[in-house]
Parts: sequence; structure tokens; C-alpha cells
Amino acid sequence: MSIIFAKSVAGRRGVRPPNSDVPAAAGLPPDYLRQTEPALCELSELDTVRHFTELSRRNFGLDSGFYPLGSCTMKYNPKILEKVAALPGFANLHPLLPQLRQGGMLAQGALRVLHDLEQWLAELTGMAGYTLQPLAGAHGELTGMMIVAAYHRDRGNRKAEVLIPDEAHGTNPSSAAIAGYTTLPVATDPKTGMLDLQELKAKIGPNTAAVMLTNPNTLGIFNTHIREVAEIAHRHDAQVYYDGANFNAVMGRFRPGDAGVDVMHLNLHKTFATPHGSGGPGAGPVGVAAHLVDFLPISRVVKRQDNTFILDYDYPKSIGYIAPFYGNFAVCLKACAYIMLLGADGLREVSEQAVLNANYLMQRLKDSYDLPFDRTCMHEFVLSAKRQEKQHGIRALDIAKGLIDRGFHPPTVYFPLIVPEALMIEPTETESKETLDRFVAAMRELAETAAADPESLRQAPKSTPVGRPDEVRAAREMDVCHPA
Amino acid sequence: MSFIANTPEQIREMLQVCGVTAVDELFRDIPDDLKVAGMNLPQGRSEQEIHAFFEDVARRNYSGLTNFLGGGFYDHYVPAAVDALAGRSEFYTAYTPYQPELSQGTLQAIYEYQTQICRLTGLEVANASLYDGGTALYEACQMAIAASRKRHRIVMDSGVNPVYRKMLISYTANLSIDFAEAPVAHGQSDRQALFELLDDNTAAVILQNPNFFGAVDNHRDIVEHCHRRGTLVVQSVYPIALAMLKSPGEIGVDIATGEGQSLGMPLSFGGPYLGFMACRRELARRLPGRIAGRTRDQHGREAFVLTLQAREQHIRRQKATSNICTNQALCALRAHIYLSLLGRRGLGEVARLCRDKAEYAKQRLAAIPGVEVKTSSPTFNEFTIKLPISAEEFASRMVERGIAPGFPLGHYYTELENYLLVAATEKRTKYEIGIFAENTEAVLCR
Repeated sequence: MSIIFAKSVAGRRGVRPPNSDVPAAAGLPPDYLRQTEPALCELSELDTVRHFTELSRRNFGLDSGFYPLGSCTMKYNPKILEKVAALPGFANLHPLLPQLRQGGMLAQGALRVLHDLEQWLAELTGMAGYTLQPLAGAHGELTGMMIVAAYHRDRGNRKAEVLIPDEAHGTNPSSAAIAGYTTLPVATDPKTGMLDLQELKAKIGPNTAAVMLTNPNTLGIFNTHIREVAEIAHRHDAQVYYDGANFNAVMGRFRPGDAGVDVMHLNLHKTFATPHGSGGPGAGPVGVAAHLVDFLPISRVVKRQDNTFILDYDYPKSIGYIAPFYGNFAVCLKACAYIMLLGADGLREVSEQAVLNANYLMQRLKDSYDLPFDRTCMHEFVLSAKRQEKQHGIRALDIAKGLIDRGFHPPTVYFPLIVPEALMIEPTETESKETLDRFVAAMRELAETAAADPESLRQAPKSTPVGRPDEVRAAREMDVCHPA
Repeated sequence: MSFIANTPEQIREMLQVCGVTAVDELFRDIPDDLKVAGMNLPQGRSEQEIHAFFEDVARRNYSGLTNFLGGGFYDHYVPAAVDALAGRSEFYTAYTPYQPELSQGTLQAIYEYQTQICRLTGLEVANASLYDGGTALYEACQMAIAASRKRHRIVMDSGVNPVYRKMLISYTANLSIDFAEAPVAHGQSDRQALFELLDDNTAAVILQNPNFFGAVDNHRDIVEHCHRRGTLVVQSVYPIALAMLKSPGEIGVDIATGEGQSLGMPLSFGGPYLGFMACRRELARRLPGRIAGRTRDQHGREAFVLTLQAREQHIRRQKATSNICTNQALCALRAHIYLSLLGRRGLGEVARLCRDKAEYAKQRLAAIPGVEVKTSSPTFNEFTIKLPISAEEFASRMVERGIAPGFPLGHYYTELENYLLVAATEKRTKYEIGIFAENTEAVLCR
């Protein structure tokens, strides 16, 4: 389809602002004015509506079909959450309003939402305090690492290293590096799929500021030694960071705080059903154990004796401002409504069904593909297309593209990096058995096609507007802006 | 409420396939002494009850005040088609576009959005979005430091939004980056003070236009001076104002950033908003975050992909230019739809309305005894006034009259206790501005 700028017609108008009801102001001196108008489109409202409707039809969302993208928790996003976030009492609320003198009083509803969500996340995870300010998961990781750094500085230490398992999301080493740390990888035990404790013991030392851990990890395996990891870390005065990207597996079953975790983040756009928006906005609240509460970012929401809420900025040890205001408020609001919809029992049931759906899929697919870690999984599992690659030259990418032609969004491929030809599958709790069975049938048929007619898979996908775009050419030509 | 589809009968069948009799057995890897007994959370409720509950909570917010509050975040009108189009679930329920064949809609929209940002800023390359204007400024500092190779000092104009300045200081607490701030002046940038702070270790100077106090500037002379010293210039800009004011590209700025909330995002008590960033082409490979590029598919058809991914965390891990993964894609889409709907003339008209209303408000307020409108610099849609009483006290009394009159500057600058920052947008009517002025007079003369 053509680019929007090619549809522009000189002189055509779209949405018109009202006529002015005040006198025209004297113009600014020419030195301040731009010489040429920005070359924006000239379209009717209908032109614009048709353009974006057509774009939307070239997209696949969770509402379009099964989306088992591992580590992304693509669960159903209840429509009521959008309706709540659009209530004018929330949507029209200016973030600086609380800073007018009676301010706390002018936003009591919003502050209550923030306060309740913090309390509930603390209860779910066993942490002592939360900040809702981080604007995405990786932003939460960075905030957590800044808290770790502030903690060590406060104790007069400058520790320089962070230990991270080799299966971790790329954001972990990147966030630690941006917070000023050197990162060291810790290997995964090839027999158990868990962090190699011996290597952890060998690498940890007085210079270790933190150990970052995702549990269940990106292989979908729960690390049974998490308490031991925490004990090892604490013996060296290192903090344990828990990446809660996979928290959908353990709600109501396991609380990181109980296992000695010091700081963690959650992804509201994964576990708490807020939509991912084609790549955000998300939210990455950070929870901390009691000894780190003083370091949380400001402002913090405090409930007073009279049940009113205020924003408190008076925390001298705080790492300061990490976001302009209180986080991605509308995302937090949706997560708050989601928790209230489901309640304690419903959230526990979420994890049960997420884990059952994953184990069911794993059992039904493990004969057709290699399963590097054949053990009970949590909310996701990792298959390998190694067999297909070796025998028929069909790679994980070809399986993924074949799935597209069969009406499914592919799993995450080539991650975690420690599994060759990885296919990382996370069904989530909201998918039905019928959907899972259809997916099983498609995956089994693809394994057969890989043997019988591999060429057809190398041509896939055929049902989409484009197939296998040339990424090398894109990087070389760097066409990232339509020429005027 | 539950969103689980499987029936008890199906669950039994599935457990059987897994070789277990109860779901508890699937959690066997969690050590017994770490298992959770119960949670102190509310009981679940129906959708209808949740809607009623939040309607009630929302009513406890004073969202209906007539708004002259800005401070970098403005009460602009959002056309209905923005919500209708961004509300299509093919956009909002999709993940990051890792599978280009299923994401051409998002990828083309990002490419077009990048083009809109380039045209607004007058620069050559833009990224797919960052979290907000403040984190965008921080990312720009990191870019400038990396580009300078050995320099570690950033000089900030005090006209930059104070919240952003506080954020930069937080982010760099554990890094070897020095910050220097030019002293507060609520007019234009103080050239002399700024130039005196430059040294051979200065990677970048950070400016804002219009600045936090509302003053409009032409920073070309600062850019030229900085470039002679090998220092890059980062300018934080207000996208609506770019329809009227000198663009960063026109004056030679290296990196432009800004808060895109004004382009179709509701105020929503602070987010989600939109950080945008554009730069000169030479700096493209140092940009943080996603970038969409145009290419060809295996059949030679035009196609869009995420490109220059070798900068990013999922490839480079600890060596990435930034840790950003999830960004603000849906907000970028809203901005793109907003700019498409308003178009070339519409955006210019919104900008003129903003300025005309602000100038009218200035006149009305200046006529009130005791109110002093600061006129040392031209302004766009926000300006500073000095009151005979504390601005906080004034604001709280105006709120009782249904008006959010502006931002009391004493919150960030103790010496400016009596100063108020007043903003107007195209939404404010002559009538509302009149009521604002009448109430101001009533409050001050009482």
C-alpha cells in the first residue's frame, strides 16, 4: 500500500480547529519563526481513516488470533480496562494538579489507585514497598540497578560488577551496564536448565553489587535453588535482583520476597493484562525489600490517618526522579482494575491455567521437535528445531513463517541464545484447549512438511502482504525517512 | 471475573495428558517452604461492578477545572478519529513487530511517524519513540557523550524543564558524567553564563525552546559557538510550537528531543506520554531504541522492518546504545494520526490559536492591579506572571473558583515564590480567559 505522504493533495483539509474568538496577536519577530512550514500531509479525515484502517488490516494482534510469543505473555486484554482508563475523571487529569496547594486533595481518586496498586503488588510479591514510576520493564531494571547502586554508595561501597545468567533477556545486561556496572555472565547448567551454582560461587566476590535472576527463567524452568542463590549473594553483600517478566507463572504460588529477593520489577503489560500496543506503552513497577525502601524514587504516595492520600517528596536517600510524574498512570490504572476484576482466587487461577496450558502443549509437541529440557515447565517452554535443521535444512525461522500461513503468530525464535534453533512458546491462560489443539496440529503438520516438502516452507509465508523482507538491505540503505 | 476458557472437563483431559492428577503437581519445583498460603487481596468482581467502582473513584478527581496549567504538558483537543483509529485492536493488542510479515501496519506507521518527526524538527533521522521527553533528553546526553568519545561533561541551560534536569541527575548518579547548570534566568538563555561553563571536556549543551518559563529563543548563535568548540547541541522542543518556531534543523541542532503528549495524548495524570528524538544522519547509528526502515521483500515488493538492530539490547546486550525495549509505540501511532488529521494547515492553525489565546490572556491579566506580566522575551503559549501574593496561595484560591490558574514556580525555584507559569491552548475560549481574569482580580483585591 502506498505511503501516507503519497496520498497528500495540496489544499485538502482534514480536522479543522475552531475559528479564533480573540484578537490575532502581533507576530513574533522573524528571527524566531521557521522559514518553511513543516511538510505535513494534506488529507481529508476520511483519507486518514482509510489509511490507518488499511494499515491495521496489515497487522496481527492478540485479538486476531493465537499469539504464543514466548516471554511476552500475550494474554487477552479485557475491554473494560480500556473503558476505565478513558473515564474523563482520569483521562483529563493534569499531572501537576497535585502540586497546587490543595493538590493532594484534587487528585484523591488517582492517588488512591496508585496506592492500592502498590499495596497489592507488594502483597503478591512479598516485597516491602513499590514504585509505579518505571515506564517499561527495562526502565524498571534500570531503576532497580540505580537503587542497588544507591544502597552500596550509602554503605560507602563502590562495587562494580553484576552477575547475570547467560539465558537472561538482553535488557538485563544492558540495564546493568547503563547503570554503570560491568556485567559477567553465569552459565546455565545444561542438565537442569538452572543457573550453575558452582559457577555463581566461583564468580561472586566482594566486587559483586548484584545478581540478576529471572525465575521462572527464559527456559520456563523454576529455579528451585533461588533461596540458596540469595544466601550466596547476601554473604557477599550483593543484592538479588528478580526480573519479574515471567511472574504470570507463579501468582499466588510463590513470592520473591519470601526467597530473599531484594529488588524486582513486574511487567504490567504482561502479567496484568494491559495491552502491549505494538511495542508499548508498558509499565515496570519496582518492588524492594524493607532495607531498600528509603531509596525508592520520589514522589511516593502516602495514606494518612484520615484515609486521604498525599504525595511525599521527603526521602533524603531516594534515588530521585526517574520519570516526570507517577509512571504510565493509565497503564497502572488498567492493572489495578484487572486485579480487582480477578481477585485473589482469580489471579491464582491465572497462573494455574498458564502453567497447565504450557505443559499440555509441551507434552503434545515434544515428539515432533527436540525438547532440550524435558521436565515440568512453568508458563512457557523452549523447543528446538535442531532435528529439522540437521535432517532437512529447515530452521526455526522457516517453522515460524510456516505458522504464519497457518493462521498463527509464531513463537519467539532464536531466544534464549543458549538453545540452538529455539522456539519459545508461551500460550498464556486465556487460550482454550481447542486453540491449543489447532496449534498442535499445525506444528505437527509443519514437522511433517519439513521432511516431505522443505522447499515449500522456505517460500513461506505466502498469505501475507510481504514475505521475508531483506533486513540486510534495510540496514545498508538506511531508508528511515520518506524523502520530501 | 475470569477470562479462562477451559471447562473442568477439558482441564481433566489436559492434566491427564500431562501425567498428573492435580494442577498442584505442576508447581512441584517451588520448594514447599516457599509456597504461598493465601493472599490478602480483594475478592474478584464482575465487570459491571468494576465499572461502577471506577466511575466513583474518577469522580474524586478535580478533572473539570478550567485549565491554564502547562509546565510542558498541555490540555490540547484530541480529534475523535485519533481514539477511533488507535483503538483498533490490531494495533493495540499486538506486540513489538518482531515478525514483519504480520506487522506491516505497525512498521509502516512507525516509518511514517519517523518521517513526520523529521519534517517537524527539520532533522534527518528519528527513532520509533522513547518513554517521555525527560528520558529522551537523558538518552540524548548518552548519545552525545558516546559521539564525543572522551568527553564527560554536560552543560544544561536552566530554562530546561526542572523535572527533566532532576531526572538527568538521578540517572547519572552512578556514572562519571559531570553536570553544570547555567544560572536561572526567566528570560532567554544567558549566553555569557553558558559559554563560560563550556570547556574542552563538554560533550553537549542542553537547551529548551520555548524554555520552561515560556520564553522563545533563536539558539543559532549558541549552536555555532558550541560547534566551534566541538560540543554538540541537544534541544528539547514543543512539537505544536514547531509549526511556527525555528526548527532545530534550521539552526543546526544535532539532536532534538521532546515530549509528544500534545500530539493526541490525553493528560492521564502523567502518562502514557511520548518521547520523540531526531538527529543528524551522522548520528543515526548511535540512536537509542527501535527504528523502522523501508526495504524490499524476497519478491521485490516494498516492505518495512525494524532496522539498525545491531545497536539494540537484544543483540548487543551490555554493549547496546540503550537498554530500551518496550517503548511507546501506540503513543507514536496516536501522534502520527493526530498530525495526519490536522495536516499542514491544521497544525499551523492550532499553533496560532495557542499563541493568540496566550497573548490575550497576557493582556487581560496585565490589566489587573498587582499583576506583572514578564515581557522581557517573546513567548509562545505560556508565560510568567508575578503576583502580589504567594503563587501557591493564589492557585489554591483560584481552584475554589473552578480554575487551575497555572503552575506556582516556587515549587522548583524558592526565589520565585510569587511567580506563576500560565499556559493557554486552543481549547481555552475568550469567555474562559475572561472568567480567569475576573476571578484573578477578585482573589487579589479581596
